[in-house]
Amino acid sequence: MTFVKLLPFFAAGWVFLVGLYGLVTSRNLVHAVGCLAVAQSSTYLLLLGVGYRSGGTAPVFGDTTTHQPVVDPVVQALTLTDIVVGATVTALLLGLVIQTRKRHGTVDPDELTGLRG
Amino acid sequence: MSARLRVRLFLGAAAVVAAALVWAITGLPRFGTAVHPYGSRAVAAAIRQHTANAVSSVNFDQRALDTLGEESILYAAVLGAIVLLRRLGGERRETPRPGKVLPTTRLLGATLAPVTILTGVYIIAHGALTPGGGFQGGVVLATGLHLAYVAVDYRVLERVRPLALLEAAEATAAGAFAALGLAGLAAGRAYLENVLPLGTFGQLSSSGLVAVLNAAVGVEVASGVTVLLAQFLEQAVELAEPEESQ
Amino acid sequence: MTTAQVSYLLIGLALVCVVVAATAAALTRDPVRQSVVLAVLGLSLALLFTVLEAPDVALSQLAVGTAVTPLLILLTVRKVRRGAAGKRPEGQRKDDEG
Repeated sequence: MTFVKLLPFFAAGWVFLVGLYGLVTSRNLVHAVGCLAVAQSSTYLLLLGVGYRSGGTAPVFGDTTTHQPVVDPVVQALTLTDIVVGATVTALLLGLVIQTRKRHGTVDPDELTGLRG
Repeated sequence: MSARLRVRLFLGAAAVVAAALVWAITGLPRFGTAVHPYGSRAVAAAIRQHTANAVSSVNFDQRALDTLGEESILYAAVLGAIVLLRRLGGERRETPRPGKVLPTTRLLGATLAPVTILTGVYIIAHGALTPGGGFQGGVVLATGLHLAYVAVDYRVLERVRPLALLEAAEATAAGAFAALGLAGLAAGRAYLENVLPLGTFGQLSSSGLVAVLNAAVGVEVASGVTVLLAQFLEQAVELAEPEESQ
Repeated sequence: MTTAQVSYLLIGLALVCVVVAATAAALTRDPVRQSVVLAVLGLSLALLFTVLEAPDVALSQLAVGTAVTPLLILLTVRKVRRGAAGKRPEGQRKDDEG
């Protein structure tokens, strides 16, 4: 029963490790960037899992009274900026992949070993 | 290092990490716990500051300094992508031939584009009252603009998207966020402190500085994402490889 | 069933969707297929965030993870693949995304 009560956290850990596994065994840099995005989403799972309150509603008081129990807004604030910033950093990484392709002719990380002048 | 050795090394490290995770997770409070020390204080502070959306209050009022950092990261990432994807010497620019678009797609895009843009502006403006805010509304605005690309044509998108203006708007909005914080200093209080009148709880004019900061972030995110997509679209659709590589 | 039990059931279902989509996304080697699976992952995450009473985060994730990230990956794959062939592909097709 404890496992079920902690399931979201275990799910976050699994998603993190699976994303890292995909990153380590990747043969294509674009695929590697996608796996990094998967690993990033595990942190959102963990944060929101920590902030959930049983029986709570969304932390927005537009149409409810202010005495309603709500879930934690602090972790939601952390996660929501994280999502948008994570996407732009993914875009930066994809720009790096395009430049790598232009300069070295390949996007296979195994062929990109060694520093070349 | 061969691929097989790398995978074995990773699996060993992953086993250690997994064990550490299990140990840490079993020490956490149970999922759905009623004990949230930061949460209860943040909600109380949001209500005191007359902001109906507690998440916006945390982002733009209680921890506005963190949001300043986040939007700077966003700005720097867009800048980095522009620099990385600039046109190199030798790359030719060619006009893309228009693809075939179904009339239903065209109709859907034409009707949905103004609705999406209006929704984006609504989400930004009401960020202090209902779920939403600068980040979400900005991304919705940017994707609404690109419905012109999906439904019609790349050249139409280029015409409705003045890149120089958008780059200037992004820089101005990013600077405006930092400059608005000086209002707090001018009033003799802390940087980025909420010094505007707080208004009535639940009205559009409530929450003081939060609504203004929301607008700045909304403009910055919308123009930033549009400029970012423009770089990628130019690379994929317009530019051709130079004749000799390197 | 009480409301709390229904909530927990929905959270469990959404979690299963997320874990399956994430595993599939990491294990799909072809980047074009991976971008579609990433869009599905984005959608399941948005659902999970909605059920976890986080509408702001769900809005953010829906716009970003379902539309922007797969689009960027598809454009990158197109750019990278064009260079690999060494010549322009026959006919300028538009990317079919979204």
